[in-house]
Amino acid sequence: MDSERWMLSVVGDGFRMMDAVNRAMDSVSRGQWILSNGCCQSGSLDFERRMLVDTAWKELTNVLSGLFCASLNFIDSTNTVTPTASFKPLGIINEMDHKFLRYAALPREIVCTENLTPWKKLLPCGSKAGLAVLLKAERLFHTSYHSQAVHVRPVCRNELCTNTSWELTQSLSVVFDLYSSGSGKREWSLFKMFSRTLTEVCPLASQSTIYVDITDKDKVNDTYELIPPAPVVLNTTVHGKWRSYAVYNLLNPQLYSASSHSLNIALKWKLSKPLVTPEVPVFYAERYVSGFGLQSGKINTLIYNNHPCRAFPVLLMEIVPWYLRLYVHTLTITAKGKENKPSYIHYQPAKDRECPHLLEMLIQLPAKSVTKIGIEFERALLKWTEYPPDPNHGFYVSSSVLSALVPSSVNMEINSTKLSPLSTKLFPTIDSSIYFVRLYTEALLVNLPTPDFSMPYNVICLTCTVVAVGYGSFYNLLTRTFQIVEPSGGVAKRIANMIRRLRGVPPI
Amino acid sequence: MAASLVLALVVAVTVRAVLFRSSLAEFISERVEVVSPLNSWKRVVEGLSLLDLGVSPYSGNVFHETPLILYLFHFLIDYAEFVFMATDVITAVALYIAAEDFNKVVFRKQRIAFEFQKYAPDIITLVRTPKEMYHIPLKVALFYLLNPFTVLTCVAKSTCAIHNAIIAIFVLATVKGSAFISAVFLALATYQSLYPVALFAPALLYLAQKHYILVNLHSTTFLVLLLKYAVMFLGCLMVTICLSFFLLNSWSFIPSTYGFILSVPDLTPNIGLFWYFFAEMFEHFRLFFVCVFQINVFFYTLPLSVKLRDHPMFFMFVQLAIIAIFKSYPTVGDVALYMAFLPMWNHLYRFLRNIFVVTCMLISSSVLFPVLWHLWIYAGSANSNFYYAITLAFNVGQILLVSDYFYAYIRREYHLVEGLNLKSPDGKEAHVVLK
Repeated sequence: MDSERWMLSVVGDGFRMMDAVNRAMDSVSRGQWILSNGCCQSGSLDFERRMLVDTAWKELTNVLSGLFCASLNFIDSTNTVTPTASFKPLGIINEMDHKFLRYAALPREIVCTENLTPWKKLLPCGSKAGLAVLLKAERLFHTSYHSQAVHVRPVCRNELCTNTSWELTQSLSVVFDLYSSGSGKREWSLFKMFSRTLTEVCPLASQSTIYVDITDKDKVNDTYELIPPAPVVLNTTVHGKWRSYAVYNLLNPQLYSASSHSLNIALKWKLSKPLVTPEVPVFYAERYVSGFGLQSGKINTLIYNNHPCRAFPVLLMEIVPWYLRLYVHTLTITAKGKENKPSYIHYQPAKDRECPHLLEMLIQLPAKSVTKIGIEFERALLKWTEYPPDPNHGFYVSSSVLSALVPSSVNMEINSTKLSPLSTKLFPTIDSSIYFVRLYTEALLVNLPTPDFSMPYNVICLTCTVVAVGYGSFYNLLTRTFQIVEPSGGVAKRIANMIRRLRGVPPI
Repeated sequence: MAASLVLALVVAVTVRAVLFRSSLAEFISERVEVVSPLNSWKRVVEGLSLLDLGVSPYSGNVFHETPLILYLFHFLIDYAEFVFMATDVITAVALYIAAEDFNKVVFRKQRIAFEFQKYAPDIITLVRTPKEMYHIPLKVALFYLLNPFTVLTCVAKSTCAIHNAIIAIFVLATVKGSAFISAVFLALATYQSLYPVALFAPALLYLAQKHYILVNLHSTTFLVLLLKYAVMFLGCLMVTICLSFFLLNSWSFIPSTYGFILSVPDLTPNIGLFWYFFAEMFEHFRLFFVCVFQINVFFYTLPLSVKLRDHPMFFMFVQLAIIAIFKSYPTVGDVALYMAFLPMWNHLYRFLRNIFVVTCMLISSSVLFPVLWHLWIYAGSANSNFYYAITLAFNVGQILLVSDYFYAYIRREYHLVEGLNLKSPDGKEAHVVLK
């Protein structure tokens, strides 16, 4: 679950290095759960097994909704899709049939304290000991960006992999903007961010570490000071670049100050170093809606490849709700002014009120280019009961998912030292020449035409009146016959008859 | 006469070609009054590109055309504009020939009625003369070709033009007396959109009249004709549906076409009555009202066939109008088709009561449709009620038009038999009312 929009081009790659698996850039929080049902035997998929997966998916969303106090129970078939290529199961899984995979997003939901509390309860020490004591809701939700995630995957218990066990990973990403929200002094500390310091380590933890990125510390000029000084420095590759981290092992009692038995890591900038704009990442994306009026529009996605020389493919997955009717013949992909055809395209059109559009494409991004993908849609008029409260706020389109193996800018060798499990999680190195990135674009807000909600009775009456006018006229003409009657008086009738006599038409 | 028809065709084709090349074509093809989710050209192109992608066009909810149309355009996509201009030409020519033939039938009936002295003595002003009837076929063709509704439908490349062409050829075949061709084209029209099945009754009555068979449920010749026509119609329909199955190897087109027409899931605004009614409908009553509205289209067929059994052509006109007004996704193309028949009833002018009001209503509603759409969707200063109100006005105008012509028709029939200058029992001049 994530909050706030995050513009990668402005902030840079810095905060993303903590995670190479899932990071979201939605404007509102959404729950994303991937279920890979690895326990089923491989074989031909039949209707029954798909029903089992759908039932299991429904159970999962409802259980998680209760567990995290999140409205995940709103996930149903209208926002669930079965992606074919964008996701691979994590951990030890035999099943690779994508028909067991379900993906859903709720862009309208927001993340708040109610979701953080059960998340913290899942930790072995709760928020009483260890790093989790820092996670106080009032500080965490005053930030520019907040994201929490839970991942579950099966792993081997021993080297021979005779047994598997479930590994639960909980991650929390927060971006503090201390410079603009703080006093203006260029420094940060754990106390400033969380208004708490670390006191004791969780006794159940086998490893508890803090990593501080000190890559741009210029040793000669000594631009900033880290208090307490870094006991160990780790050099590793993250996202294709060498980075150095100061490693604080919290299990080491010497780190804590003798008097208050607390640890407050602080970083103070010494010289007035001019602010440097962060490096633009190699791969990022933007999405926006263009067009005017409530009849149609166009979804545009811009994907940037800032690698100086290498082109790489990206897998784009778009999920568009059914009430925005996509026209896939209007799909245009242009890069560097020329048309760029995707090498793989999977399109599953939406069924009204049943499932959303799913568009997956494998697009080759040329080096140093912006690829623009546009697709037109038509806005549907919904039934009056299908509009949410405040219908003129609009409808959200969940973020599209871009998955890519990005080549590194620097050629390097794999660091051969054996790393701890935590370190491997944070800095996975499949191959140091490429790294995997999954990006989520912004969620879009689209207005739909609305009927007048105060009018159901009036509309039924008026339409039935028109039908009755038709019925009545035909009934009269079909069942009645002409009869001769005496002419009746009345001035209007006499004048009309005079005019009719002049015309030569029989009188009324 | 043929020369004037050719001239009219040339003018019409020029107008359409000019509009095709202008920037208005794009604008017109998106107008909701001209295209509906059933016959929009954009959706045909979408269906074709889904077919190219390897996805069934019926797996989503965008494409609602029948497979035969899909494959027709699969081969003719590059000549689409010519196809639509050709369909308009075919429709106009078919209606021209049908009107010509019908004139002969009218004449023959009139002569027979005079010979058997069925008419009253003083109705000389009501008799139809060759002079007045000479220009009717050309007027019918012109009414169709130069009707702004028809031009808009053609420029928008809405498949309603193809539907109109099939119905026009069906009318021509019926007028010529060929039961088989008439059944084939009726089956094609029904296959494309479900509603023309109601035209079975007027076609049957016309064929019975053409072959001098008395319309009597106890008469075996009539029952034989009925059975023959029904078997031919159903057979052709089955053949086309099975052919569609073999084209795509699945029955998934049936819920996407017929299921869509009958259950009205898409509430895109159009000129009909369904969309706003079902947008504001309580979920509980939805099925009931869908059934009521669909039955309403077919409901008038039986009473009309009883009342108008001797006048099957007029019955055809009224039935076409009822289909155009009460169908689930009407467009102006459907309106243009029955309006093309109006010149055939020019002689009823003296009995029309509301023609001025009706004309004003129809013209003003047609002009206001795009205005209020723009105000609702683009300017945001109006809401859906404005567009809905104009829809109501347009439909009331159409209903009044049809019922006015119906009144005039049966009034003329009454006067033909009873005489024009009617006297009440005490000798004074009398009035005639419908009681």
